[in-house]
Amino acid sequence: MESVEYSPNTPLEYQSETGRLNILGFWIFLGAEIALFSTLFATYLVLVGRTAGGPGPEELFELSGVLIETFLLLTSSFTCGLAIHYMRNHSLKGLFLWLGITLALGLGFLGFEIYEFVHYIHEGAALTTSAYWSAFFVLVGTHGAHVTMGIAWIILILIQLKQRGLTPDTTRKVFISSLYWHFLDVVWIFIFTAVYLYGMVM
Amino acid sequence: MSNNEQTNSHSHFPWSHLIGFGLSIFLTLLALWVGFASDFSLRTIMIIVVILALIQAAIQLLMFMHITESDSSRIQVGTILYAVFIAVAVVAGTIWVMSFGMHNMNM
Repeated sequence: MESVEYSPNTPLEYQSETGRLNILGFWIFLGAEIALFSTLFATYLVLVGRTAGGPGPEELFELSGVLIETFLLLTSSFTCGLAIHYMRNHSLKGLFLWLGITLALGLGFLGFEIYEFVHYIHEGAALTTSAYWSAFFVLVGTHGAHVTMGIAWIILILIQLKQRGLTPDTTRKVFISSLYWHFLDVVWIFIFTAVYLYGMVM
Repeated sequence: MSNNEQTNSHSHFPWSHLIGFGLSIFLTLLALWVGFASDFSLRTIMIIVVILALIQAAIQLLMFMHITESDSSRIQVGTILYAVFIAVAVVAGTIWVMSFGMHNMNM
């Protein structure tokens, strides 16, 4: 670790060349994720209204469930930010506490989303029902798969933190997973707007 | 874990996170109000809520993700702006191209 040249205020995750390059690389990955989600949004928006005589979004979307999901994910993004704040104050306890809350909120979000999907399928709107619902489940499902992946990832990092404590390596991993988690909230903002709000206002 | 020599400039209360969180909630509620309680046309509503979503995304990037904090912040910001350009081109371009011949779209 070549940390001599850095001010003591430099966060641990930025103190090694590897750390800095990994973080930069992850930003570039997030750029690719934006491109990926944009194709799913484009597909969805083109297929709005293509319900093939089946149920449409205005019949099935429920504002309360969507709002609960939105606020769970929004709050988890906030608590994830607090976790990084405590990590940079070298508080392993604070980091564990806020990352734990983040995970709980993320699991809550996932639970509501699974419930929502099952509800739609019971109401006769499944992946194969119409082009519209295919696009809906692929877009929202891809986001949900990312959240699932994020939860598993953060759990593994927590285990490593427990074993190794705060090092340039572990802080880098926590920081990068936090970028991923915030990014999922950014994607959700657009799902909330372009899928749910649009679907209910239409 | 020999990081005790680090004094911290981060020990102050995380105001920027709290403000970002408050703004995000406010923008979400504002989007809801525009969508359900205002008298605007569908087109106006969608333009406003998409702008609100973009502002909220910027808040996440700046206040939660600290996109500008590192030495390579210019590359990071450039990458994200380029990705946003790609996203807008893909979404707007697809809708535009596919609008030809789709006469019953509910736009």
